Amino acid sequence: MPDPVLSVTDLHAWYGESHVLHGVTLDLKEGETLAILGRNGAGKTSTLRAIMGVIPRRSGSVKIHGRETIRQKSHAIARLGLAYVPEERGIFASLTAQENLLLPPVISPGGLAIEEIYELFPNLAERRNSPGTRLSGGEQQMLAIARVLRAGGRTIFLDEPTEGLAPVIVERIAEVVAMLKTRGYSMLLVEQNLAFAQAVADRTCVMEHGHIIETFTAADADSHAASLQNHLGV
Amino acid sequence: MEIFGFPPQLILGQVLIGLINGSFYALLSLGLAIIFGLLRVINFAHGALYMMGAFAAWMTQAWLGLNFWAALVIAPLAVGLFGLVVERAFLRSIYHLDHLYGLLLTFGIALLIEGMYRYWFGAAGKPFTTPDVFRGIWDLGFVIVPKYRGFVVLASLVTCLAVWLLIERTRLGSYLRAATENPDLVSCFGINVSLLTASAYVLGAALAGLSGVLAAPIYQVTPLMGTNLIIVVFAVVVTGGMGSLSGAIITGYGMGVIEGLTKVFYPAASSVVIFVVMALMLLLRPAGLFGKEA
Repeated sequence: MPDPVLSVTDLHAWYGESHVLHGVTLDLKEGETLAILGRNGAGKTSTLRAIMGVIPRRSGSVKIHGRETIRQKSHAIARLGLAYVPEERGIFASLTAQENLLLPPVISPGGLAIEEIYELFPNLAERRNSPGTRLSGGEQQMLAIARVLRAGGRTIFLDEPTEGLAPVIVERIAEVVAMLKTRGYSMLLVEQNLAFAQAVADRTCVMEHGHIIETFTAADADSHAASLQNHLGV
Repeated sequence: MEIFGFPPQLILGQVLIGLINGSFYALLSLGLAIIFGLLRVINFAHGALYMMGAFAAWMTQAWLGLNFWAALVIAPLAVGLFGLVVERAFLRSIYHLDHLYGLLLTFGIALLIEGMYRYWFGAAGKPFTTPDVFRGIWDLGFVIVPKYRGFVVLASLVTCLAVWLLIERTRLGSYLRAATENPDLVSCFGINVSLLTASAYVLGAALAGLSGVLAAPIYQVTPLMGTNLIIVVFAVVVTGGMGSLSGAIITGYGMGVIEGLTKVFYPAASSVVIFVVMALMLLLRPAGLFGKEA
């Protein structure tokens, strides 16, 4: 059995005095898409940020391709092949769309070439010289995904990629994620859009109060529907 | 032919002096703008770094017996290295705090440096001879340009342009600009942001050091030479727009020329005109000439 791409054990994290993660344990296998569901404040984004090393105070174990990274800085962790698409998209206002696209350095071979990216996302090609923030929400989301694809990381963290986007754009993003799945990318998907998550996830875990309360595979999704409504409902 | 009652040679002469002063304003405010832009630190130690550059030039000449060109290379490197120590030892600990702490810390460092230099070297000026190759003048017909001063203006223009190109047009520069907006995310792309911030401070310090070397043959090399200049440089940066590099450069030269022209037309106001311009700018366009509205 090959090592999981990502193996998180008993991860705790603190923002100052605030204890946001209370022992998160999960793993992500090669080529798998794992969805993390949960209410606002459950700790989903914090989990991604803690794995990336952006939250300075953390404890536990985070192994990436078998290597322990709990003591490492985020730039070193990223270079192990992680690609982060943050919740707020993080498009830089002082750079054009193309500059944003070219910003992340290539960290692994096998990233998509510019031409391939513009084929996949033709509207980014059109808007390449616009300042980053002049792009629409959907275009910014595409750009945020496109730029990490160029950098070559094969393990992608997607934080609420469909948030605030029109249904037709959500369709487009679902197509992109499906394409990435067929190309063998491993993905950790944080979502509140249940339908979107269920459509793409191989396995799903549910977070509440900073830890994972249940995990189930796509096959078992139906039997968990009721408990999901319970945990995600307001 | 007279312009507003003054001979053109007088006006051009003052414009030249204005460009020379403006060269220093531009170089120093460029360094400040880089440091503020990326580190969000109001570097009150900038005047002290400039003074250290001038003293390093004097030491290279008096203690090492080397020429001006050696000083031109050694001083910015030495001041840059000192800047690295300051950034690693002190500034790193306060980035996450309010701007005010950066100002207080660098103000304290400035006092420390100036006090130590006064203790070691006394308050009197140190001699620094203009390099031989620059003795004499260039007669351009409509204006006479002392060679060294012409060199200062050229050197500062070239340096400002080179640094501007580095930050606005290169990959490294785009990392710096992105890190200003969202350092965590830039780190997640695999870029060592901590190294970037140290480099920004070192670059700013080296620019201050370079200004000091260029100043040594013209102005008196004393421990207090920075204190007089730093307030004017702050006014330039604020007027040009905090964090705007082109704003710092253009406003630097512009303010120098305005100050020079004021000496012709209304000499009594020449020492305050820069602050009057700043006050007007803050009233009409608070973000500064090239600043972005917050």
